[in-house]
Amino acid sequence: MTSYALFLGCTIPARQPHYELAARKALTKLGIELVDLEGATCCAPPPIQSIDLETSLAIAAYNICLAEEADLNILTLCTGCFESLTIANRLLKENRELREKINKILSNAGKEFKGTKEVKHYLQVLMDDVGVNHLKQNVVKPLNNLNVAAFSGCHLLRPSELLRFDDPERPRIFDTLIEVLGAKSIPYKNKLRCCGGLLRGYADDIALAIARDKIVNAYNAGADCISTLCPFCFLTLDLGQMLIKTTYKEEYNLPIIHYAELLSLSIGVEPKELALDFHKIKVDKVLEKIG
Amino acid sequence: MTEEKPLDFTREITSRLGGETITHCYQCGTCASTCPVARTTERYNPRQLIRLALLGQRDEVLKGDTIWLCASCYNCQERCPQKVEVADVIYALRNMAIREGNVPAIYMEFATGLMSEGRLAPISKFLEKKRTEYGLPPLKPANVEALKIILAATGFDKIMFKKEGASP
Repeated sequence: MTSYALFLGCTIPARQPHYELAARKALTKLGIELVDLEGATCCAPPPIQSIDLETSLAIAAYNICLAEEADLNILTLCTGCFESLTIANRLLKENRELREKINKILSNAGKEFKGTKEVKHYLQVLMDDVGVNHLKQNVVKPLNNLNVAAFSGCHLLRPSELLRFDDPERPRIFDTLIEVLGAKSIPYKNKLRCCGGLLRGYADDIALAIARDKIVNAYNAGADCISTLCPFCFLTLDLGQMLIKTTYKEEYNLPIIHYAELLSLSIGVEPKELALDFHKIKVDKVLEKIG
Repeated sequence: MTEEKPLDFTREITSRLGGETITHCYQCGTCASTCPVARTTERYNPRQLIRLALLGQRDEVLKGDTIWLCASCYNCQERCPQKVEVADVIYALRNMAIREGNVPAIYMEFATGLMSEGRLAPISKFLEKKRTEYGLPPLKPANVEALKIILAATGFDKIMFKKEGASP
């Protein structure tokens, strides 16, 4: 059994337990052991990077230190955490001057970044540790050609120079993992474009206009659902449709489903074992189509 | 107007983490054409923002709201033919703006959440109850004490929580 330090971040455990629940069930079922780290903090995502980049690196490095001490690689669910932690891990491993600077800060808290561990998104764990073939063998309830609009979110892919997850212009990993479950990953306009989520709270009108584009493009392409990996994309597109209804007087009712939920359903987790009532846009149509 | 020469501002930007590559820009506009925000609103154009910065328009860049309209999607940075790290340059500009007192309310909320809970999204009693119902383990508390030590060492607490009336 492969073990990872599960880095939950802030939003998933406190706002989207349906994501955490599905991910824990699916990954455990596929033979991945998840260890909860003691004392982990916020990963220092873009809002904190906007205040001070050096502080953000120090906070991310602190959390990586916790995994180094536990002798475990890190597994993230949230793409925001994946980005913050991966950038810090790569920069500090590859830039000695910066590492020394950050370690000087960390020494005040009794920590030292050694650069001995990897940060992985759970899709990488599915590809590398579980493997596509083994995953395929575990699919007991194929998703019946469900039309899925894959939306990885920006920070799984970009900045590609540091994240090195997939080809940033023609990514295939997420689509492959959707199709292994028996669904179709459909093409749609501006698939790789941002959801606007990070502008929520500062420029809500612009954020909503960008989110609406995403919904409209997936809807027009005949999607049964949009599948997400990032809790902010989920929020922006799921709750966003309620706001689109009041602001634009348009109703799409397009279910937004975290990939971990689709994965769980396909490998035999019953819908009632998941927390599907946390979706603002109900997923009943998707469940019906899967059968 | 400040008496500063354009190059002084450029040097200040390039000396900051994230700002190093701003001088590579040759104004081709790839960033603006690939930017989801620029396509949605005329309030934001990353090419113009970089140009204003290189022209030394310090006040317009650091005191306005343009820098806060980047969605950090990294399309611009990914596609820049000159390898300007556009999104990172904008982080550097934001870091400078914050130090000069341009702190949007939402960022003050983020900083407060981080300082007090160690998290940007504190957990509610309702969610704690829900987690138990779903059989999820209790959320382990963040090590706020260690975090506070780090925030004091980087000066983050002083950047965000200057005393009333203190000079910037």
